[in-house]
Amino acid sequence: MPDTTASQEYRYITKKRRVTEDRRFITGRGNFAADYNLPGMLHVAMVTSPYACAEIKGINAEAALALPGVRYVLTGAELFENINPLLSGLDLPNVKRIPLAHERARYAGEWVAAVVAESRHIAEDAVELVEVDYNPIDFVIDPEEAMNADAPLVHPQHGSNILCDKTWVWGDVDDDFEAAPHNLAFRARWSRCSTIPIETFVVTAKCDEGKEMLDVWASIQMPKYPEQIARALSLPVNAINVHFDVDVGGSYGLKRGIRQTVIVSYLTRKLRAPVRFNEDRLENMSGGEMHGPDRIFDMEVAFDDDGIMHSLKIKATDDAGCYPGRAPLQLGKPVSAIVGPYRIKSASYNAISVTTNKTSQEAVRGFGQAPTNFAIEAMVDKVALKLGLDRDEVRRRNLIRADEFPYRIPSGSEYDSGDYHTVLDKLQDSAGWQDLIAKRDAIRATGKLAGIGISTCLEPSGGNSSFEPFFNPKNDTTTWMESCLIKVDMLGSITALMGTSTSGQGHETLLSAVIGEVLERDPDTIRGVHAESLGALPSNSPVGSRMAIMLGGAAAGAAEKIKKQLLEIAAHNFQLPVDRLIYDGGDISVDGDPEKVMNWNLLIDIAHRQYHKMPLGSEPGLQAQHTWEVPTGGALPAEDGTVQMYPCYAFEAHIPLISVDPETGQVEILDYHMGHDCGTVLNPDIVRGMTFGGIAHGIGAALYEKFEYDEGGQHLSGSFMDYLLPSSHEIPHVEMIKHYTPSPLTTFGQKGSGESGYLGAPAAIASAVNDALAPLGKSIETLPMRVRDIEALINGQTE
Amino acid sequence: MSEHKITLTVNGREMSGYAEARLTLVDFLRDVLGQTGTHIGCEHGVCGACSIVLDGKPVRSCLMYAVMADGHEMTTVEGLEGPEGELSPLQDAFWENHAMQCGYCTPGMLIATHTLLQDNPDPNEDEIREAIGGNLCRCTGYQQIVEAVQMTAKKLREAS
Repeated sequence: MPDTTASQEYRYITKKRRVTEDRRFITGRGNFAADYNLPGMLHVAMVTSPYACAEIKGINAEAALALPGVRYVLTGAELFENINPLLSGLDLPNVKRIPLAHERARYAGEWVAAVVAESRHIAEDAVELVEVDYNPIDFVIDPEEAMNADAPLVHPQHGSNILCDKTWVWGDVDDDFEAAPHNLAFRARWSRCSTIPIETFVVTAKCDEGKEMLDVWASIQMPKYPEQIARALSLPVNAINVHFDVDVGGSYGLKRGIRQTVIVSYLTRKLRAPVRFNEDRLENMSGGEMHGPDRIFDMEVAFDDDGIMHSLKIKATDDAGCYPGRAPLQLGKPVSAIVGPYRIKSASYNAISVTTNKTSQEAVRGFGQAPTNFAIEAMVDKVALKLGLDRDEVRRRNLIRADEFPYRIPSGSEYDSGDYHTVLDKLQDSAGWQDLIAKRDAIRATGKLAGIGISTCLEPSGGNSSFEPFFNPKNDTTTWMESCLIKVDMLGSITALMGTSTSGQGHETLLSAVIGEVLERDPDTIRGVHAESLGALPSNSPVGSRMAIMLGGAAAGAAEKIKKQLLEIAAHNFQLPVDRLIYDGGDISVDGDPEKVMNWNLLIDIAHRQYHKMPLGSEPGLQAQHTWEVPTGGALPAEDGTVQMYPCYAFEAHIPLISVDPETGQVEILDYHMGHDCGTVLNPDIVRGMTFGGIAHGIGAALYEKFEYDEGGQHLSGSFMDYLLPSSHEIPHVEMIKHYTPSPLTTFGQKGSGESGYLGAPAAIASAVNDALAPLGKSIETLPMRVRDIEALINGQTE
Repeated sequence: MSEHKITLTVNGREMSGYAEARLTLVDFLRDVLGQTGTHIGCEHGVCGACSIVLDGKPVRSCLMYAVMADGHEMTTVEGLEGPEGELSPLQDAFWENHAMQCGYCTPGMLIATHTLLQDNPDPNEDEIREAIGGNLCRCTGYQQIVEAVQMTAKKLREAS
């Protein structure tokens, strides 16, 4: 079904428009990090620990260094002496993170030494020749065992494996549980998986000694990247230039290779040659520290005979792996939507982050919201099952009503807007809910298992990351701004600069459409540029589903300033007040006297060359910048333990129909229907694509993808043979219907969509599998629901 | 390690360079010949990002050594455009349908579907999904890729 927008008032946004970036990709002319080949460049390969935990007693690199072509072997000990530990999201002074293991390797696959050679092949040969003297010591893999008093400590100096254990109670949780006639409790498990881009992490650094500049080309998607490099290496930020015009081959939150970057940045300065580290797949999967949330949910809900949910208790125990990084904060974002789209009046949340001897967690699409949504939706299904009510009806009874927005949830965030009932109604109509039921029952009649899934979920968007001060009171950050700098050159063409790289979100297209919209100029003539970090204004990068909102808002703000300058020039020349003028497509005429017009070229020419025609004291040229604070940002968490997080809340509802082969446990997705409301859609194709891709990620997380560790702490999923990524066979055609409830907080009413699909699909697939298993009286609450797990359950073994 | 001189035809142009016996074809194309349109995803033959057409058949250039390709003819993503740089109908449909996001798997997807359409100008959805079944994409969920191939097939049908 083609997207149509409720609003036709726009010229360029909301309309079908080709994505500017695509042209370079279809012709093989992308500029990916591995495409930059610098003369004299050296290459890195990593020596990895074979033990889940081991003391590093010594490293003998003699034989490696003797191999022709080998230039250096860098150890953790050398890095420890020469750099500052990497930033952690929490205040954990005794947990020091160095890019290479120092004194102790803390997981199997951890990088212990970096070999530098003239080619990647020689570096890999030399890796085999590095002798590391290890003393294996006790380790812990299971996060609950890690919390036992006698568990081996991952970071002995920290004194515990618990990185964070915080509890919040919002509202009268105990009273609400007491008063409710029913409650139920269950455990749900979201396993360690990740969004795994097809491109691994790649970074090249070059020290320009003449300029005293460190140049960095990286497949990066991370806020404050230059600043983090600067802190680690004790360099001023203005001695580092990150080339953000590198195309990033997928990221979905993950590509935060600060360890990799610090290693090559250190090496290029030391060896006085450009250095590249291009992770191979195993380095990426096992040592790259790019795993996602790994979470146990203990859920309790209080509800009445009608299925109205009154209160909720969530205990989330998350296995961060061996270094905290951003992992504990991924327990924080869900606070922004802790009750989902439901009118649940009180809630408690116990968020526990545990360290174990596994590779570290990194930010993954949704930043912890997809697992939480999965647990909340499983809860709603269980309420329905217990009362014998339909799952859609229980949702309908609990969803926040359209007339209740803005709606403040118990944890303090205000949901901006929404019309959840209408989206669900439209989706069920479009999917043919009764027909789906008939289809499911017909399959069941043939002896197969079949199920319909349903989920109704939120996507908090806009990247107000106030979970940072919320989890770490020493962090008093209250802005997550985004910027845009617009230049109109002497010949009238428009260039817009942003200080961040793209990993497929279409930011150049976003800038040209938004600026074109405001200035009424053809977007195809407007160029968006991923500027170098030294040429750009502050950015928080495309995280937290924020760029349509934040970069869009910054660009619109800068464009409005350009328009204002043009109007002032015209007003000065017409000797009329601005409110007598009409701006139309870049030309400015006098209201009521259309013959009196100054066209775009003339206005630009005046700005750039004819200062005598400019208003007195004005700035020559035509440029403007706008740095926009995130809406609802600017405040620290409140004393009462509440906090306003993300500004905008997109809504999505999913209805898949699946069959399950009772012999093998094989799931086949027969139909997939999705309803989506992310406010005003700036580019329909981009939103569709992100949503379909998010659904595919969600299906992977629900059915296939898991980083598996054995009892010996060995990582078993280091390749695409072992870590199963869904292909075009597993991912179905998706029928998507749109609804448009604008956000009152953003320039055009847009909300985020970068995480859409992923935030509701795992819950919906799990719901469908459990509907299929329901006639057997069985259910499964652990993701991924793999073929063998489902088969074992069907054939008598209970989970 | 000794080096071998390798000469092959890439997108109609004869090109040559030196490679160790262990150098994969994709590394040779990218690092020796500078043809960086073909990408590396997994280096173990699963993801399909490195797909090229070799003697008319799609192959994974990470699973071949450069020495094995000596004397052979191949098409990479850079060779899909017309002589004046005009987009092929398939490329144009990928653009029109936004059949990509990050663009990293795109060269492999184009090669896979280009080969499909040469063998089967009128594929149904199942046949398209089969043709790209060995090419992993993490951005799109495959749907707009399928739509792009369907659009190309329709255009080719109408043109013939």
